[in-house]
Amino acid sequence: MERSLNPVKAGGIETFETEVLIIGGGVTGTGVMRDLALRGIHCLLIDRRDLNAGASGGNHGLLHSGGRYASSDSETAAECRQEGEILKRVAPDCIDDCGGLFVAVEGDDPGFAERFPGYCDAAGIDCESLSPAEAREREPVLSDKLFAAYSIPDATVDPFRITLENVNHAQQLTDSLFLPHTGVEGFEIEDGAITGVLCRNTKTGGMRRILARQVVNAAGAWAMDVARRAGCSDVRLLYSKGTLIISNTRVTDRVINRLRPPGDGDILVPGGTVSLLGTTSDNVDDLEDIRPTVAEVERVLVEGTAMMPCLETTRFIRAFSGVRPLLLAQNGADGRSASRGFTLFDHQDQGLENFATVTGGKLTTFRLMAEKTGDLVAGRLGNSQPCKTATEPLPSGNAVRWTEPGFAPRFWYRRNDPTDMILCECEMVPQSAVDSIIESAPGAEAEMSLQAIGVRSRVGKGSCQGAFCSIRVTSHLYDRGVYDSEQGLNSMRDFLSGRFKGVQPVLWGEQMPQIELSEALHCSLMGLDQLGGKADEPEKGGTDR
Amino acid sequence: MSLKKGVPTADMGRDERHYSTELAVIGSGLAGFAASVFALSRGITCAQVGNTGAVAYTTGYFDLLGYCQDQWLDDPWRGLELLRESEPHHPLSRIDRKEIRAAFDQFTVALTEMGVGYTAPADRNHFALTPAGTVKPTLSVPETMLSGIEARKVNARTLVIDILGLQGFSAKEFVANMRSSWPQLSAAKLSFPDMESGGQVFPEVMARALEVSSNRERFAERIKAVLGDAQLVGMPAIMGVHHPDRVHAELQRLVGVPLFEIPTMPPAVPGIRLREMFEQAFPAKGLTLVPQQKVKRLELEAGRVMLYLRDSFGEMVIESKTAILATGRFLSGGLKAERVGVREALMGIPVIQPGSRADWYRQDYFDPLGHPVNRSGVEVDSRFRPLGPDGEPVSDRLFAAGILLAHQDWVRQRCGAGVAIASAYKAVEAAARLLQEQ
Ligand SMILES: Cc1cc2nc3c(=O)[nH]c(=O)nc-3n(C[C@H](O)[C@H](O)[C@H](O)COP(=O)(O)OP(=O)(O)OC[C@H]3O[C@@H](n4cnc5c(N)ncnc54)[C@H](O)[C@@H]3O)c2cc1C
Ligand SMILES: Cc1cc2nc3c(=O)[nH]c(=O)nc-3n(C[C@H](O)[C@H](O)[C@H](O)COP(=O)(O)OP(=O)(O)OC[C@H]3O[C@@H](n4cnc5c(N)ncnc54)[C@H](O)[C@@H]3O)c2cc1C
Repeated sequence: MERSLNPVKAGGIETFETEVLIIGGGVTGTGVMRDLALRGIHCLLIDRRDLNAGASGGNHGLLHSGGRYASSDSETAAECRQEGEILKRVAPDCIDDCGGLFVAVEGDDPGFAERFPGYCDAAGIDCESLSPAEAREREPVLSDKLFAAYSIPDATVDPFRITLENVNHAQQLTDSLFLPHTGVEGFEIEDGAITGVLCRNTKTGGMRRILARQVVNAAGAWAMDVARRAGCSDVRLLYSKGTLIISNTRVTDRVINRLRPPGDGDILVPGGTVSLLGTTSDNVDDLEDIRPTVAEVERVLVEGTAMMPCLETTRFIRAFSGVRPLLLAQNGADGRSASRGFTLFDHQDQGLENFATVTGGKLTTFRLMAEKTGDLVAGRLGNSQPCKTATEPLPSGNAVRWTEPGFAPRFWYRRNDPTDMILCECEMVPQSAVDSIIESAPGAEAEMSLQAIGVRSRVGKGSCQGAFCSIRVTSHLYDRGVYDSEQGLNSMRDFLSGRFKGVQPVLWGEQMPQIELSEALHCSLMGLDQLGGKADEPEKGGTDR
Repeated sequence: MSLKKGVPTADMGRDERHYSTELAVIGSGLAGFAASVFALSRGITCAQVGNTGAVAYTTGYFDLLGYCQDQWLDDPWRGLELLRESEPHHPLSRIDRKEIRAAFDQFTVALTEMGVGYTAPADRNHFALTPAGTVKPTLSVPETMLSGIEARKVNARTLVIDILGLQGFSAKEFVANMRSSWPQLSAAKLSFPDMESGGQVFPEVMARALEVSSNRERFAERIKAVLGDAQLVGMPAIMGVHHPDRVHAELQRLVGVPLFEIPTMPPAVPGIRLREMFEQAFPAKGLTLVPQQKVKRLELEAGRVMLYLRDSFGEMVIESKTAILATGRFLSGGLKAERVGVREALMGIPVIQPGSRADWYRQDYFDPLGHPVNRSGVEVDSRFRPLGPDGEPVSDRLFAAGILLAHQDWVRQRCGAGVAIASAYKAVEAAARLLQEQ
């Protein structure tokens, strides 16, 4: 196997070599990485930002039973069911098999409720009918206006964890590597094959050139853009933005779905110690600056409250948005009716023999997407190893367990070491967690940013949304020598700006004192609003005398 | 009705205690405490209610005005002129500069007399040190922090220490960020006597320990061991809760070089000092201080204001001729933010605010313009009386002060203490006038 892990630097360009370059560090790209590594293939995975920077870090985390699609797309529903069953077997550590309910409340169509078991049956999904009283016994917060309810085998999956585990395992298997902040800018093409991929190191501005025998485009919603850069016009996507809000406690044990055709605010999904209410679906033209708005938050709240009146007074700590890449159906239509299935493009008809694009689909079906892609790419490399991801359990890596809500406190109490200080009090993330992440988590590097640590842990995800822990973690990193310049404060500022995008639309009630204190800490105490344009003595920019 | 200072009148029956006073101060942040200081100095009898925890948040620095019209201000007094041009409704634009100065003078002198030394307001801002290694323009600083500010100006050879187990304060961080303007800085880590395990340590606990001379001696030895050729030593603010100036002087004598404090993240000692000092000094001066409770209800009656509250001993009623509302913003509970809008929590006084929740915040957290919702608050007339829905004062006897007031963004403008102290001064002045007229 020919490859070089250490880049060769010549003429200011770093050059990397690998067998397969995978573009996009979401669940799909990392899934492909592990799939190929299990076949003994070396991969280089790149993302222009970081792992989970796209839809994989901005979704509900529902491991679909298929119930949601049973009425509209029986094929996708069946695919979800099968994949859900496989993942529950091979990756139980990443999954909470909590079950789900579909409920109809006053005003919903009784006809749809009656037809629902039939739809499920067609897709092979177990569906048990419950009386409203039984449903409310299981989930007491459900509205008393409930008139129909079914139980289905929904579950939840930690998308952060699964992505990190994929990379971690691939690294172990074939020394495959993940490079953050490396964005594809262009392709070098000769005789129907990609010979080099030109990337920008978005952190330093430098260029990187990657030599690979095969190139996989798993850039999610950005896959159309990446394919075009390679001269392929066959990938046509529709972008559908979805916004969700996160409560500070877990509202229900199970997933709660609205028993009606898919619409805004129709699902509440538990995520460990919190719940996620969503989602909206609005077509957007532009992928840049996707952020949740107050209007979207109001929309999901109003709808969600119809199922669970308690949401009216629930404390929400954050909102976020993701973009679903939907493969454009023949007759246009809106985001919800375009296909939720995935497509693998081999780009043969575009005149390229070593390029593939896989996009669309769901978190739930990422393994299958990776399997199909792996079959194509391995075949092209002359590797005849079969796909192993349906049977081979996903191992748990030590440095990648910190995304799981509740893991850090359990770890800390078990370890019982008072010198292992808690840096993030809301989520009880200890110093040792941060240390292990900067030492060995996938994508770990010198001068690791607070944002990168946030992606790999629960730091900043609790009710204070980083107000205190950003300061504590930063001090710790300076102390450890990770930072030795203003970079540490810049990184803290970027982290807090990033968190604020999600915090801003849910600021009312108990979050207001929180943000007021944050602003006082970050500006009045730390002076982060003046970095760069410094407050200083008059000769450096005070008022005139 | 008797008007004895802080003495409950016995005839009010069972569990209910009844106090009568001339001025009731609602709120125990900086504005509330400043109001009481000003009232006491005028000989007005006074009762103050509110959780004194609020004052413990502060860095210890008293800002007047640090940022205006896109500039960091060296001269805050000139800054006030700029402010008056661009923001005529800002509370500080509505107060005469001489009065602002008098307020700061009187307040800092009072604090120094009560045992926490503060520098007198000068013509220029200090560029005070922050734990991040940035600087902030501020007017008045605790005496224990002054020498570090001076040392930076002359690039004095200075050692900054941090303490094993103290979170959110790293000497290396301070040095890394300060280095470009203060090259002769170095960093060292020490453990605090009897807190060497490596577990978490807290500033307040260390500060209390340093009030004991044997601990000071041991700590001073540890500083001397790493001192090298440093001319000064900076450290987190831990030099005593009571009598910090004495602890500071003693430690300096033991170490042999000037020492200075750098603020830490809350709960921090500089604020705790103020809290404990007020809690001790005020009752001794005859003020009735109810330090843990909130006023539950306020009623305006002919010729008096009635405050209703309860504590663990039962109901309490304060009957006062005048009252100052200094209940702060969201953090302190003076304002409440609901999905449909901001309201004033105690009486439902109208709140100046953006049109809808979508307009509360700008997209960028650190936007130098600050966020519109931060400028929401209560509107007052020239006598600092809050205005009702009809645009008229809610009452002749009700005044408002502090960051509850609209048209200011104390965080971005670096004017927290300025707004609090100066508006308290004006509110007390107006209350005094009313009391005199009657
Ligand atoms: C609001 C919402 C809710 C959802 N809920 C669910 C759910 O509950 N259950 C479920 O199964 N599915 C759900 N989905 C769908 C699921 O999230 C996505 O299908 C899945 O995450 C897609 O993963 P991906 O890896 O293909 O794409 P992404 O996760 O978007 O990854 C693409 C990556 O490519 C990178 N990239 C882009 N351009 C470049 C470039 N030029 N160079 C290098 N890298 C680049 C991006 O930074 C990004 O990290 C939801 C989606 C949304 C938006
Ligand atoms: C982290 C932080 C750092 C700061 N740093 C600085 C600094 O460097 N420089 C500076 O000048 N300022 C600083 N400040 C600001 C300063 O401490 C004061 O908050 C500010 O000056 C205004 O005080 P205030 O009295 O108007 O309001 P607050 O301090 O908010 O006090 C309001 C008071 O009202 C009480 N209250 C509320 N409702 C009721 C009720 N119904 N009944 C009775 N009492 C009630 C509360 O308990 C509280 O005691 C900082 C503040 C914070 C939070």
